[in-house]
Amino acid sequence: MKKLGLIVNPIAGMGGRVGLKGTGGADIIAKALELGAEPVSPARAVETLRSLKRAGVKFELITYPAEMGAAEASEAGLEVQVIGHITSGKTTAEDTKRAAREMLEKDVDLILLAGGDGTMSDIIKAIGTQVPILGIPTGVKMHSAAFANTPQTAGEVVARFLSEGLPLREAEVMDIDEEAYRENRLVAKLKGYVRVPYEPVMMQATKEGSTGYELADQKAIARWVIELMERGHIYALGPGTTTRAVAEELGIYNSTLLGVDLLQDYKLVARDVNEQQLLKAIGKKSATIIVSPIGRQGFIVGRGNQQLSPAVVRRVGKENVWVLATPHKLRATPTLKVDTDDAELDREFRGYIRVITGYRQTCMVKVV
Amino acid sequence: MSYQQARWIEPLIFELSKPGRVGSSLPGKPRGRINVPKELLREKLELPELSEPEVVRHYTRLSQMNYGVDSGFYPLGSCTMKYNPKVCEELAALETASCIHPHQAEETVQGALELMYRLGRFLAEIAGVARVSLQPSAGAHGEFIAMLLTRAYHKSGRDDKRDRVIVPDSAHGTNPASAAMAGYEVVTVPSNARGRVDLKALKAAVSERTAALMLTNPNTLGLFEDQIIDIAEVIHDAGGLLFYDGANLNGILGKTRPGDMGFDIVHFNLHKTFATPHGGGGPGAGPIGVQKELEKFLPVPVVEYDRKRKRYYFDYNRPHSIGKIKGFYGNFGVLVKAYAYLLLMGAEGLNEVTEAAVLNANYIMHKLLGVKGYELKFDASGPCKHEVVFSTESLKLETGVTARDVAKRLLDHGIHAPTYYFPPIVPEALMIEPTETEPREELDHFVDALNTIAQEARSNPEKLRSAPTTTAIGKLDEAKASREPILSWGAHRKSAKK
Repeated sequence: MKKLGLIVNPIAGMGGRVGLKGTGGADIIAKALELGAEPVSPARAVETLRSLKRAGVKFELITYPAEMGAAEASEAGLEVQVIGHITSGKTTAEDTKRAAREMLEKDVDLILLAGGDGTMSDIIKAIGTQVPILGIPTGVKMHSAAFANTPQTAGEVVARFLSEGLPLREAEVMDIDEEAYRENRLVAKLKGYVRVPYEPVMMQATKEGSTGYELADQKAIARWVIELMERGHIYALGPGTTTRAVAEELGIYNSTLLGVDLLQDYKLVARDVNEQQLLKAIGKKSATIIVSPIGRQGFIVGRGNQQLSPAVVRRVGKENVWVLATPHKLRATPTLKVDTDDAELDREFRGYIRVITGYRQTCMVKVV
Repeated sequence: MSYQQARWIEPLIFELSKPGRVGSSLPGKPRGRINVPKELLREKLELPELSEPEVVRHYTRLSQMNYGVDSGFYPLGSCTMKYNPKVCEELAALETASCIHPHQAEETVQGALELMYRLGRFLAEIAGVARVSLQPSAGAHGEFIAMLLTRAYHKSGRDDKRDRVIVPDSAHGTNPASAAMAGYEVVTVPSNARGRVDLKALKAAVSERTAALMLTNPNTLGLFEDQIIDIAEVIHDAGGLLFYDGANLNGILGKTRPGDMGFDIVHFNLHKTFATPHGGGGPGAGPIGVQKELEKFLPVPVVEYDRKRKRYYFDYNRPHSIGKIKGFYGNFGVLVKAYAYLLLMGAEGLNEVTEAAVLNANYIMHKLLGVKGYELKFDASGPCKHEVVFSTESLKLETGVTARDVAKRLLDHGIHAPTYYFPPIVPEALMIEPTETEPREELDHFVDALNTIAQEARSNPEKLRSAPTTTAIGKLDEAKASREPILSWGAHRKSAKK
């Protein structure tokens, strides 16, 4: 029988309704409560658990006490094994991290997490990507791709994962600087990748160009990108698993997942470069930027890859920015965005852009 | 529920085999010597041994566990599963059609040649094109030939930098596959909120590298591309060609013609629009029609008529032709059936076909719009054409029941499932194409069934999910079936050994 770990961050999402743009930090929680914020996360977790229960799958549920999972599980009518200790009403990020570590020890097959970007980042800090995770969307900020679209679909995906097994894909975990965000500046950082179960798009196989499987589609994209590459040219490979597949297809296994690497003549020439190093390396050579949309919101330049600054993009030229995305990813982010700190450049990107979606396959996608 | 399919516990024919039992007596060992190399000789044939009645009963039982247009409603969207008139089958079975050989001398098969010549002319008239080749053996083959013709056309104009083919995101997957197979890069353009080609995206997609646009009209949402004249202009101004995918020709017969909309190449699915069987029921045929400037590239041979000698003949003397694309001359039996269908219907009849097909689809659309749980994802202000795509997304959010569950439950009502999860631009899609050959009672039965299923999704979703239960075979493990197909006796024995 498979084991499911459940972690509920009971305060996630409280800041949103009262306009606080996130709920990180004790003073903000106090302020949220003062403004009359009510917990949203537990109710959403219950919704997911009910949808999971409806599917009638047998599994072992392990969770943390009270509002961190036990209460939600009992409300949804699920039997549960409770581990750990918390001070109810005063949970912190440390509790989330400890819960994740203890669930790792318990050998759970999947952690179901009710929270937002911040909670997801806490889990990565604690246990890395050792256990697959699926997020129930309950936070204020949801830039990470590791969340299901709705609490209900989260339940359905978990049910299928537990009963028949679903493939895993790597999804971005993003978090933004909440303080900057409250000052209306958005600095989104790519924190890492977690493995997330996903449903291959269900359709008659013969009628779709894509295989519906992320890894196969990424490989197809990589092969086409490599065919398009020219000698002497500099290629700046942005963060992400789709771009990493290009490096791997070239036999390069030490590319940086979260940074920007430089390729020339099919070889890695520099790892994890910053803006200045990028500009210097490119110099007067012709160059191409290869990126993949980040997170659920489809940012191609500016968020999660700030090294690709307006100066770098202008030097390379907008027409030399190659965007890669699997059909599965494009379905989740039907429009793309840019946020480069340079309004003029952002404007130039607006309209339709050709996105490489497979081997000799491209798709016109709107940049808004 | 008033449906129960026959459910025989029927072994495989190999398992029924008894040594020495025969259905007909075969001649003994052939006399003389047959010159077969040793390595090609088989020791044993391992054919099943049964009497004739045993064989007849076996296959009759299997047929009773099958489902087809002859047993009930088959609203499989995009496939045009219309009734196949039996008289067409009878004509195709005539000795003069079924017993002729492609190696026979031309003067002994003048009737067959005349039939092909005239069928080509009929199709050209229906589509508004100059000339038709009947050779492609199925729809996707026709699409592929269209791409080869496109390449030949651009090459002849020394315009061979054109390496991109544009395809809307609502297209059949065979479109990008055909273009890719012909060596083109595929550029997908999105649909707009009205479910039609997004003209702005199309304009952004065209360039001096555009070879062609592949378009289905009405499109796979069953909606007419009403900006087709503008679309044609954008493509032609860029120097590209327009290819018409004939999948949905049943929605416009006699009302408008692809040629009049500006299409340069057109393909037909005789097994959809012109009532020849398909879906395991026999081979298809995907003739291809072109405008004047592309005629010389058509595959060889082309059936011609020599007026002086009053004689039909195969013309191989076509120096610009893309060459041979199929053994012999096409799926001739299918051509006979389609020709018979065209004569049966006449021009008036074809007009009525489209009117009834469109009316039936609209009847279903309007009836179903009143049922909670089924909704349209694109603009529904106008009529649909021959098919309609509903989404069950709200039903899924409300009850957890998916489009696939709904489709499978329909089987319990004695109705073939609609196409589901296609086109991919509609979440939880049910693609419904009733065709013109269904009476109103069948349509009502279908809508009633969907209504019942939506209610059941709320009252008893568990039972619904276990569907189908009244069919010969119940719920399948689809993933396993596609990963580990067992399609032959040999494969079955191998898997049993494991």
